[in-house]
Amino acid sequence: MGSDWHQLGLDSRDSATDRYSMIEPAIKFDDVSKSFGDTLAVDALTLTIPRGSVTVFLGPNGAGKTTTVRLTTGALVPDTGEITVLGLSSIADGHEVRKICGVVPPKPAFFDQLSGIDNLKYAAEIAKAPRRAIAPAAERFGITDALHRRVDGYSTGMRTRLALARAVLHDPEILLLDEPTAGLDPESSRAVLGLIREMAGKGQTIVMCTHLLHEAEGIADVVVLMGSGQARAVGNPHDLMASYASEKCVAIDAVDRSMLAILANMPGVLTVNGDGPVKVTVEDMGIVPDLVKTLVEKGVDITRVEPHTPTLEYLYFEMQSALGDQL
Amino acid sequence: MSLSRAWIIARLDLHRLTRSKDYLIPLVILASIFFVIIPWVMLGIVSRAGGSDLIQRIGGVLQSLPQVAQDNVKGSTPQARAAYTFAVYLLAPVAIVVPLTISSAIGAYGLIGDREKGTGEYLAHSPLHTSEIFYGKLIAAFVPGYLTTIAGFGVYALIVNTRVGGLLGGWFFPTPEWWILILWVVPPFIIFSLGVILWASGRVQSAPAAQQASTLVTLPVIVMAYGVTSGLALDPVRGAIGIGAVAWIIALLVLRFTSRGLKRERLLGTGSQN
Repeated sequence: MGSDWHQLGLDSRDSATDRYSMIEPAIKFDDVSKSFGDTLAVDALTLTIPRGSVTVFLGPNGAGKTTTVRLTTGALVPDTGEITVLGLSSIADGHEVRKICGVVPPKPAFFDQLSGIDNLKYAAEIAKAPRRAIAPAAERFGITDALHRRVDGYSTGMRTRLALARAVLHDPEILLLDEPTAGLDPESSRAVLGLIREMAGKGQTIVMCTHLLHEAEGIADVVVLMGSGQARAVGNPHDLMASYASEKCVAIDAVDRSMLAILANMPGVLTVNGDGPVKVTVEDMGIVPDLVKTLVEKGVDITRVEPHTPTLEYLYFEMQSALGDQL
Repeated sequence: MSLSRAWIIARLDLHRLTRSKDYLIPLVILASIFFVIIPWVMLGIVSRAGGSDLIQRIGGVLQSLPQVAQDNVKGSTPQARAAYTFAVYLLAPVAIVVPLTISSAIGAYGLIGDREKGTGEYLAHSPLHTSEIFYGKLIAAFVPGYLTTIAGFGVYALIVNTRVGGLLGGWFFPTPEWWILILWVVPPFIIFSLGVILWASGRVQSAPAAQQASTLVTLPVIVMAYGVTSGLALDPVRGAIGIGAVAWIIALLVLRFTSRGLKRERLLGTGSQN
């Protein structure tokens, strides 16, 4: 594990989590493992999620994201290790933990024979939320007009909106969203991301599992890259990108792209990749004007020169290729 | 464990049930067959048979019963005694068969249904205690079966009195042992069965398996109930009170054990890793 973290440009897993443990933790996983039969779903997970942060779990299917959410509320009991949520044990104090958590599962299920409003009324009773919380929650996610219809007639997007409304009825301190935008239309996705920003702004802690990397971009305070039940990398996106995707790159395009091959022989150029606009890795960004000048002098008709800013998606796939089958 | 919290789940499930014709229609049909059609036909035959061979044979059977049982059968004529025997003793087990069948069918699907539909995940993440969920499911399965029995009992009483009441000097039903049967004996039998069924339902992987488990539990209980209620003729009131007392003790012991057996993670779907 330690070598992976060096590979990622981080000192160690401990240093990354320690940085966040300086802040008051919302959720702490301490050497938590959970298996189902022979399958180890979560493997010695040690992780601290800071209070008031938006933490995004990234990882492929089977990485252990959903199991981690289920362990957080005590819906699943770990085989080993301990989980604390705002200082409460998810097992010994599970009842209290579940009072302060709101959960949106990957495929939200409802009591389909009932209407949306009935589902929310029962949810409010179960969560001990006031009934007056129903209307604003429904309004917030744009399902007010559908509330009196039976839920089995709802579209996927409406079901997710209803699940979100249900999850926030009791104004939870921690919101656990497991693939909340799967199957949603852009408008609904925006509503979800808006909710996340809004709740984070109020100091609530959000944990979101996704493999839609563009969604995590811009809202994640902390990114947890999950693989094989372990947190392979933890950090804020900026730090991770600075640490891992630290290479200096520039994207260059030309009318005749074949002429860009000459870049490979120029001083200061480390690599040239790509069939379309080429991604040029350089020793120092200061040589870019010289590269452009040389290309122009050699008759290359340049159409684009752009510093390459790594995205979370780029980071994810770079990590994935570095860590290989560990993800 | 709070009963008011369990009642939320019970109300929720009952609300769902009232919206499910798939459940309601068989429930009404079953109750109609046992509480209306069979008694109507059987008592109709007895009331019209008069001095027929059938009545003579029933009289013969009654005479072969122990004297104490014969003493409990009211009626001054063989026909009246046959009518009384049918109405009070031979059809008594129906009062247990109907609620057991209805409640078991609902109970068997209670937990497994939530798991299969995904609502179990919602309940697993909720602040409800597992015992509250368990008792909520139990109440939700108990109420339809028992209410059907109460309603059926009322209809049955009307049928008995109108069909054969004339033979016995007027309205005579319900008799004391039937009141005890309905109010004291039937509930623990249902609770016992539901306790075991819900316990099993939380352990199997599919609805068909839950139905099988339910059948395994319900059939022996029905046979047992049939046996004990048929034997009520020997000592109607004290017998019914005694049977009820034993049934309550067993039911409460079973509940104590089974309500602790529901694990939160069993409410989650089978694909519990990701």
